[in-house]
Amino acid sequence: MAADTGAELTRLTAAQIAATIASGQASAVEVTQAHLDRVAAVEPDVHAFLHVAPELALAAAREVDRKRSAGEPLGPLAGVPLALKDVIATADMPTTCGSKILEGWRPPYDATITARLRQAGVIILGKTNMDEFAMGSSTENSAYGPSRNPWDLSRIPGGSSGGSSAAVTAYEAPLGIGTDTGGSIRQPAAVCGIVGMKPTYGGSSRYGLVAFASSLDTPGPLTRTVLDAALLHEAISGHDWRDSTSVDAPVPPVVAAARHADVSGLRVGVVAEFSGDGYQPGVLTRFNETVELLESLGAKVVEVSCPHFLYALPAYYLIAPSEASSNLARFDGMRYGLRTGDDGTASADEVMSATRAAGFGAEVKRRIMLGTYALSSGYYDAYYGKAQQVRTLICRDFDAAFEQVDVLISPTTPTTAFAIGERADDPMAMYLADLCTIPSDLAGNAAISVPCGLAPEDGLPVGLQVMAPPLADDRTYRVAAAVEAALEQRWGAPLLARAPALRTAGLPVDGGTR
Amino acid sequence: MSDLAQLVSYDDAVARYEPVIGLETHVELGTTTKMFCGCRTTFGLDPNTAVCPVCLGLPGSLPVANRAAIEYTIRIGLALNCSIASWCRFARKNYFYPDMPKDFQISQYDEPLCIDGFLEVTVEGQVFRIGIERVHLEEDTGKSLHVGGATGRIHGADYSLVDYNRAGIPLVEVVTKPVTGTGALAPVVARAYVTELRDLLRSLGVSDVRMEEGSLRCDVNTSLAPVGAAEWGTRSETKNVNSLRSVERAVRSEIERQAGVLDAGQRVVQETRHFHENDGTTTSGRSKEEAQDYRYFPEPDLVPVAPDADWVESIRAALPELPAARRARLQAEWGLSDQDMAALLNIGALDLVGETVAAGASPADARKWWLGELAMHANKAGVELPDLAVTPAQVARVAELVHSGALNDKLARQVLEGVVAGEGSPDEVVAARGLAVVSDDGALTEAVDAAIAANPEIAAKIREGKVAAAGALVGAVMKATRGQADAGRARELILQRLT
Repeated sequence: MAADTGAELTRLTAAQIAATIASGQASAVEVTQAHLDRVAAVEPDVHAFLHVAPELALAAAREVDRKRSAGEPLGPLAGVPLALKDVIATADMPTTCGSKILEGWRPPYDATITARLRQAGVIILGKTNMDEFAMGSSTENSAYGPSRNPWDLSRIPGGSSGGSSAAVTAYEAPLGIGTDTGGSIRQPAAVCGIVGMKPTYGGSSRYGLVAFASSLDTPGPLTRTVLDAALLHEAISGHDWRDSTSVDAPVPPVVAAARHADVSGLRVGVVAEFSGDGYQPGVLTRFNETVELLESLGAKVVEVSCPHFLYALPAYYLIAPSEASSNLARFDGMRYGLRTGDDGTASADEVMSATRAAGFGAEVKRRIMLGTYALSSGYYDAYYGKAQQVRTLICRDFDAAFEQVDVLISPTTPTTAFAIGERADDPMAMYLADLCTIPSDLAGNAAISVPCGLAPEDGLPVGLQVMAPPLADDRTYRVAAAVEAALEQRWGAPLLARAPALRTAGLPVDGGTR
Repeated sequence: MSDLAQLVSYDDAVARYEPVIGLETHVELGTTTKMFCGCRTTFGLDPNTAVCPVCLGLPGSLPVANRAAIEYTIRIGLALNCSIASWCRFARKNYFYPDMPKDFQISQYDEPLCIDGFLEVTVEGQVFRIGIERVHLEEDTGKSLHVGGATGRIHGADYSLVDYNRAGIPLVEVVTKPVTGTGALAPVVARAYVTELRDLLRSLGVSDVRMEEGSLRCDVNTSLAPVGAAEWGTRSETKNVNSLRSVERAVRSEIERQAGVLDAGQRVVQETRHFHENDGTTTSGRSKEEAQDYRYFPEPDLVPVAPDADWVESIRAALPELPAARRARLQAEWGLSDQDMAALLNIGALDLVGETVAAGASPADARKWWLGELAMHANKAGVELPDLAVTPAQVARVAELVHSGALNDKLARQVLEGVVAGEGSPDEVVAARGLAVVSDDGALTEAVDAAIAANPEIAAKIREGKVAAAGALVGAVMKATRGQADAGRARELILQRLT
């Protein structure tokens, strides 16, 4: 295949790639090889992946090609490459969660999501970088170094699913899987100018997702188009008996909604609390333009107050660390992963302490300590208990809002991508990146981020967040698809077309093959 | 215990102090699979062969609650007269230990499945109603084997081996309310409670309740206060008391020890204590006053348990006959006095007698053989009656042989002796030992004539009309036939000849 054809393949959407393979215009192996080439070319700068598995990917692609030639039915994403966040268990690849404590650990089992992706014929290229145990908004907390934002390599790609967002943005894969606990899918999508969807809690299985905060963790898609997100959403969703918190209900009609880009008559609420101080002017500019755009498309936009959303961030930083302090206890060096200090004289307790001291990074330790404190006897009611009460009030704010409107909107993040290192020593500043995304995690409802332009002052992507009630995931796709279509028409091209070309390692042209 | 404190004799201790006891009993449920995964619960498998990502707590794995375990727990709660929660949650109990795969245990905390019940036990004719605080469901831990070191505990061991087959086996914890007013009977009441609970659990079919395999384990709380005091004393918690006899000994030993501490004017320390089977004493474990903070919080990986009322009622309707009701029924059916019944229960012969009756023996015969001859054999061999090598069906067969006249009591005892000694079934022992009653007149007549000839004075008395003297000649006939004669027929023949 010609070099330019390979480059073209990486520019296609997932839906287009699947159609290309189904029609025989390109084989799954060709598609996979083109993406592996792209990975090899841009990884030195982007560092989206912690582990790339070319042989496994090509073997999976050959199987798709065999099925096609045998006339067996292919799913809507068969042969499409995907970047999998390294927090999802894979039996044939390491799963490190971005942590030294799990360096080299290979699970003996596949996560439900992994199994469903394989079942769908999706080609898993490898495992992507992330903030350690999904704690962070920049990938700077990865034990293996940060990933970089393809729009500006000096900036963060968001986090914690920053490896997946960077990979999708850099055309290393059209599909990415992230996990969202406080905004870890939507915030990276927003700062990279791509689409990121947090499904309703329980809509996508957590079995095999290494837990950060069990009551919040939700896996979901990162893609370049709304339709691709819906296709991936559908492929990974549905009830899983292995996850007791999995919703036993039909998957919302997300693909149909993504194809039905119509908001006429839809009642849209602007969250009053997510504006003002702390919001970058260019972010608000693009957001306000999008509000006007929605009105011009026939939506009825009103302002809605959700007063308790202001307490979402502190409540989150009690609930999530509390659960994390317990979930991460198992990393003790006794059974798998790192073991430090076992010199034959140290006691089990001492080895556990030494292992955890050496294996966890600073942010993980900070949150374990926060959570341990919040759950401790005498403080439980004032911290964990109170935070759960706030969580209930946030759910009630959503309930009241969704009586007035069909969806709520806000900026996805208060600012565009910040510089690597800028907030690394200021946890509070880092935590603010998730200010707007946390309420939907606490309430467990559906929320998407879709690009809505570039901030005038820095030329970096801005995301629009669309929130809908639990199990009304399709509504977010309907709004996101309408915004995507209208803006693409206005701009004459997708937003990502304006991203700068990446340097490709040792190659003369962007997107070259080996 | 400090040097100043002296052990106080038990009688002296309970004369001056009033014990309050409490029991926490852990029972492994007999479900086919574990509490939160599909692994087998079979006892005695090779180490770490009944494990999976879930019960090993591997990163990413999630628990799914076993419905049968929840049903079993409700069954236990109902049998203990508890209220069943209409909504409750599992909780995480957080602490680090190598046999805990997740370094937390999924348990229940402030929302147990069953609360506020009772179980009645009878000791020395007195009925004690033991209040049940709660019955909750949790997962068992793995099993550690500490190799090397003096204590068999993790500290000082050269290395430790962990078998995770046990990790995740459903475990029910039954917690009593404080038991007061038992006085000197406290140790016996404690033992009677655990015995009754064991029998109850067995009758419910929820556990095989084998203490020796660790499927039933007890923690025993004991405190003392001066007789008449308004407030209870500080309690100690004796862990892992794993036989009925040990339960009684542990309470007794703690009463003696704590009385000594209090007599010396010292304070009883709130602590866990270890029980020693060899001498029946306890020694200090870790102090509860610097207790671990388990940081309990609701288990976010599981949904709440909300058994609907219809389900609970269907479980209640399907409860089997419980031990107390069964005992009352059998006592009436068998026509036993309270004393006879108590004797039967003491020796653990209720089921054996029941099965012997079911196999065709009369209740009187069944009771007679088990409580008499067989209890004597068990005692001699130093084993529990149920462990004797004789089955209820075999005892029923012996009774049948006596009833038909093929054996008399003396021969029957020899047959049972042979069965217990492993010589085979009753019929095989009869055949092998040649133990048939001699009722053939030819053989008997010879023996009778010999007896008359050998005892002319007795014969003379009978001829004079003293018929009662015939007994002595019957005895002589029996002796001559080594017990095999039909005594009734021998008497008839003697009287025929002499009157």
